[in-house]
Amino acid sequence: MPKVKIPRKSTIVDMTAMCDVAFLLLTFFMLTSNFTAKEPAKISTPTSISEIKIPETNVEMILIDPKGKVFFGIDGPAHRANLLKAMGAAFKISFTPEEIKKFSLIATTGVPMSRMKAFLAIDDTKRDVSPLVSGVPCDSLHNEFKQWVHCARVENSKLMIAIKGDKETPITVVKQVMKTLQDLTEVKFNLITGLEEAPKDL
Amino acid sequence: MAEINTGGGGGHKDGKVRTKKVSTRVDLTPMVDLGFLLITFFMLATTLIKPQTMEINLPRNDKIKKEDQTLVKASKSITIILAKNNKIFYFFGDGKKDPVTNGPTQVVTADYSAGPTGIRHMLLDRNKVVVDQMKALKKLKAKDKNMSEEAFKKQATTIRSGDAAAIVMITSTDQAKYNNLVNILDEMSICNVSKYAIIDISHDHKALIAPYDK
Repeated sequence: MPKVKIPRKSTIVDMTAMCDVAFLLLTFFMLTSNFTAKEPAKISTPTSISEIKIPETNVEMILIDPKGKVFFGIDGPAHRANLLKAMGAAFKISFTPEEIKKFSLIATTGVPMSRMKAFLAIDDTKRDVSPLVSGVPCDSLHNEFKQWVHCARVENSKLMIAIKGDKETPITVVKQVMKTLQDLTEVKFNLITGLEEAPKDL
Repeated sequence: MAEINTGGGGGHKDGKVRTKKVSTRVDLTPMVDLGFLLITFFMLATTLIKPQTMEINLPRNDKIKKEDQTLVKASKSITIILAKNNKIFYFFGDGKKDPVTNGPTQVVTADYSAGPTGIRHMLLDRNKVVVDQMKALKKLKAKDKNMSEEAFKKQATTIRSGDAAAIVMITSTDQAKYNNLVNILDEMSICNVSKYAIIDISHDHKALIAPYDK
């Protein structure tokens, strides 16, 4: 075979530019997005044409999952700690500082007060699937939800109430929640919805 | 691979002591991988969309004196009943008799579509005066650069709470879903109805829709 020398080109590619692009994209995402708090139940909200955005702080979140379980939470770990202490005093349950610290890290909870200690004792990752999570009782005989809202209002008067319900949530639970709020004279609140396009000619 | 030259390639010494030539080329491929891994983490753990909210104001529960209660004009009122399977029933008047014909109340079945069978079609029709006034106001705002947001809102509120505006009572059966409630409140804002109330279903209402709600 004749000696044919195949000129060898360098197979080394300079990756500097690629690295720059990657970090630019990363910076964009880091600055424009916000972390979503992990919620105990997966909720897909109905849509509406309203374009008012939810505020970042001082929000009182009421989640209602498709089965009708009610979850309650406020933001700010210091407020949450005080809220648990107030609820403990109302139900004559005393919480240890470790339990209060654990509670202040959870965004929303859905356990009756009688099971709160047991709930806080469960490991972080297994909490949401625990059978103890039966929702905050909200029926007319046993309305712990009313106490939660009242204590939250006492704790932080600037709280804005937001109700996040799923599309398939039964209206009866929502009405019961709204009725409880009305009884506590909390007449101004918001419903969290997805964005829907407004009809063109109106 | 980027070339970071620190002059390690040069330096040709004579004599017995020779510095070992070390290549200073750094391969940046793992750096790119790291960058993309971080991007993936942020893409999955965060969200760009801030959720929207709809504002609701409910009436207070204080005992209102009978004299102070403003009686709703039967000819202007519409009662909407949300039922199961995304069906809506509505009728005009107070439920005892039809305000136009003075005969028995007519119950009409509707749905959430935007077409002629939809509830929006009926609401736009009943609230026509207000809808037309709002359209005119919006056109005015588009032309007039000086009209501020507050002035627009004030005028809009005056139009919506005028005498010609329709009054809607929203009630629901126990099988309705939250989606239905949000949709009907949305229709209220699309059709510019500001005089509405969410009330509990009564036995009369249940009796009226019983033949239709199977």
